[in-house]
Amino acid sequence: MTAPLHEPTAEAAPSAAEEAAVAGAEAKSVQGRSLGRIAWERLKKDRLALAGGIVVLVLILVAVFAPLITSLYGQEPNAYNEDMIDPLFGTPTGSLGGVSGDHWLGVEPVNGRDIFARIVHGARISLLVGFLSALVAVVIGTVLGVLAGFFGGWVDSLISRIMDGLLAFPQLLFIIALVSVMPDSMLGLSGTGVRLLMMIVVIGFFGWPYIGRVVRGQTLSMREREYVEAARSLGAGRFYILFKELLPNLVAPIIVYTTMMIPTNILTEAALSFLGVGVKPPTSSWGQMLSSAIDYYKSDPMYMVVPGVAIFITVLAFNLFGDGVRDALDPKGSR
Amino acid sequence: MTTQRTSGRRKQALAAAAVVAALLTTAACGGGGDDDGGSGSKNGAAGFNAANNKVAQASEAKKGGTLKFASTQDADSWDTTRGYYGFMWDFSRYYSRQLVTNKTEPGKTGAEVTPDLATDVAKVSADGKTYTYTLRDGITWEDGKPITSKDVKYGIERVWAQDVLSGGPTYLKEVLDPKGEYQGPYKDKAKDKLGLKAIETPDDKTIVFHLPAANSDFEEMLALTSASPVRQDKDTKSKYGLHPFSSGPYKFESYNPGKDLTLVRNTEWKQSSDPVRKAYPDKITIKFFTNANDLDARLIAGDYDIDLAQTGLSPQGRTTALKEHKENLDNPVSGYIRYATFPQNVKPFDNIHCRKAVLYGADHVSLQTARGGPVAGGDIGTNMLPPAVPGSEGQKYDPYEMAGANKSGNVEKAKEELKACGKPNGFKTTIAVRNNKPVEVATAESLQASLKKVGINVEIDQYDGSQYASVIGSPSNVQKKGYGIIIMGWGPDFPSVQGYGLPLWHSDYILDSANNNFAMIDDPKIDGLFADYLTQKDAAGKEKTAREINHKVMEGAYYLPFVFEKFINWRSSNIANVYTTDAYSGMYDFVNIGLKNPKK
Repeated sequence: MTAPLHEPTAEAAPSAAEEAAVAGAEAKSVQGRSLGRIAWERLKKDRLALAGGIVVLVLILVAVFAPLITSLYGQEPNAYNEDMIDPLFGTPTGSLGGVSGDHWLGVEPVNGRDIFARIVHGARISLLVGFLSALVAVVIGTVLGVLAGFFGGWVDSLISRIMDGLLAFPQLLFIIALVSVMPDSMLGLSGTGVRLLMMIVVIGFFGWPYIGRVVRGQTLSMREREYVEAARSLGAGRFYILFKELLPNLVAPIIVYTTMMIPTNILTEAALSFLGVGVKPPTSSWGQMLSSAIDYYKSDPMYMVVPGVAIFITVLAFNLFGDGVRDALDPKGSR
Repeated sequence: MTTQRTSGRRKQALAAAAVVAALLTTAACGGGGDDDGGSGSKNGAAGFNAANNKVAQASEAKKGGTLKFASTQDADSWDTTRGYYGFMWDFSRYYSRQLVTNKTEPGKTGAEVTPDLATDVAKVSADGKTYTYTLRDGITWEDGKPITSKDVKYGIERVWAQDVLSGGPTYLKEVLDPKGEYQGPYKDKAKDKLGLKAIETPDDKTIVFHLPAANSDFEEMLALTSASPVRQDKDTKSKYGLHPFSSGPYKFESYNPGKDLTLVRNTEWKQSSDPVRKAYPDKITIKFFTNANDLDARLIAGDYDIDLAQTGLSPQGRTTALKEHKENLDNPVSGYIRYATFPQNVKPFDNIHCRKAVLYGADHVSLQTARGGPVAGGDIGTNMLPPAVPGSEGQKYDPYEMAGANKSGNVEKAKEELKACGKPNGFKTTIAVRNNKPVEVATAESLQASLKKVGINVEIDQYDGSQYASVIGSPSNVQKKGYGIIIMGWGPDFPSVQGYGLPLWHSDYILDSANNNFAMIDDPKIDGLFADYLTQKDAAGKEKTAREINHKVMEGAYYLPFVFEKFINWRSSNIANVYTTDAYSGMYDFVNIGLKNPKK
């Protein structure tokens, strides 16, 4: 093994798998290329992943600049346009759910709110919950996973049993129950803020065992490696080994699992909003739009198609991108 | 492990793709697949609104066959003492009879009382405190034994046993025994369990009611299902609702709560003993559904004849039905008013000007659209007396010009009122709305949007609709949660201002739990008008007092009415002699519906 003890930065501490790949496929140009750079070059060759990555980037920009976009577009997400509604049926006048130059994706039945503006604002909720809950899961999962793997013994048993317990827990039902006992305002937040916080914390909390298990397994196998052994015999302390030897090698699987977790979390958020325990009206979210579209799927199919497609594209883009990142960071681990 | 994850994600993506594909396919169907309803009423349906306040196809009803009801909602109880749903009262006439009942006639006439078990309407004493009835001959239970005045008394006494038989209306108890002296038949020390002093049964054919104070609506109360006779040896107490013992033309054959119910002919019932019921079909069935869209589709397909709950088609089925089967629809005015009300124990709604600010700030057209528009939702509500209640003025009484100049909201006036209230920059409050009523949530959102324009920021709190009695029915909880606006609806128990407004507006009805006087109205003038009403004898006097009460309530700005509710109800092409009646808030009168083709 050649991993140098005196160079333990994230970029320069490749795992055994990466190293084998580097040594094998690209042995000629091994000099001067960091792992990040190698991964980036692999990713660039994966067209599908790149496309996914671009869509993800666009979605993030849309979410961040949602108010700017809708004000340029000229429609408020919560403004009623009842002149667009047929009073007899409650559905939008005009074809395709009221699609026009003013309303690019039509308007909602009954109240005539602009669907494009609501989709754009809904992206904020989806991505916010998706990213932050993944962050919560990653932080908890990494810390507890490393602890379990590194210390072993009763620490490992305890944390592993907790993970088993959480994995068996019906999280959707738990959240629904939680909503009914939640106060309307807490920690200076109220209404939608409380609901968002709750979703982020709960989805993140129930998500960490997935990442925790992977991290624990990796740690378990790595702590017996020669370079850890070497560090230990040179008199390195536990925390030095933890932070300087093990964690850098865990970065790749953590990134991979994070990109996998985000789309799952977005779907969970949509499901919760669909069930009516997500954000509060009038804040728009894709799941809530889908749920109210059910009553109109025949008379105004456009209303259901738009948020459905938005969720579909987002999840697909994240998955393709995540696949690509995984292949780039860990080419031997897949398939 | 990693591989597993990969295939998991692939599946996810595939599933999402499948969903989108399915959506697009339904969209295609919705666009092109509706070319089978072109040739008008070829199916023999009576036509749009043909049964609305008039009888449709009376001559085409034939004896026999199975009348098929369908519903997403089971009755709260089929026990005559405990049922409170309007459709349960309507349906209960198949298996229960009362001294007097509502006329089996359409519209307003249907709300009048007519003798049923009794030979005539009551002989009332001059002071209005004694009501005497004589029972007719030939009236029998389903086992052939005669119905006696003691059975009637026992049935009415069951209302007192609220600890065992909760749920039903308690008007009779409050009128006959306002002090609550009688303990109910299950705690009755008398041998025959007939210890209630207010009712006398000198013989098997005579029954006399002694009221402590006159009440002009007393006979209406005796027409309620809760005044049905019950035979002591057949009283299974809290289980009676599973199999009530029949006094009407049909009896229970089987009942699986939440699944189905079947009534068959009561062979002991004699047509000659019953001036009211026609009893056309041989069998009556109810099938309970869990999904409203599914139910509507089956009704439209002709698999069932009529919706039991009579709350109108849901948006999906409504659109299909209006476009393709208009001749099968009626659009009656229900007795309900849908409204928002402002608890005075939540600040700043203790101030009338803040309440008025909401009345002026609301966009009434938008609220109407949220309720379903002028046809499926109803006309814009302008006051608090439903059109079916004597004394109502409909949209003619519109003190806040809700259907007139201010129908889209009047920001200026709202701001003036806010200034007068001491909140020139608006305020914050919370709307409480039931989470199981999408239409009510839509009205809450509409109100939220229009009030924002005048500076009133509202938060919407959706609570578990089945818990409404403890959530909004508890004034202390309302205050704690800060529910400044409560969205509800109310229909009359019987068509009079007492049967509608007493629990909503009388100070005696402010309760610690299961409160319905959400606005906490405690106005001696309104209480006094109700007291006047009880002693009014003639119809004109009753109407005048009802109007005065309505005006007082509107002047207090306690309520923001949304609509005088209308329904779009479905009747199959195979049913005849069908009409809506004010007795049951614009529902079809079930008891005399017949089939055109009994074999179908």
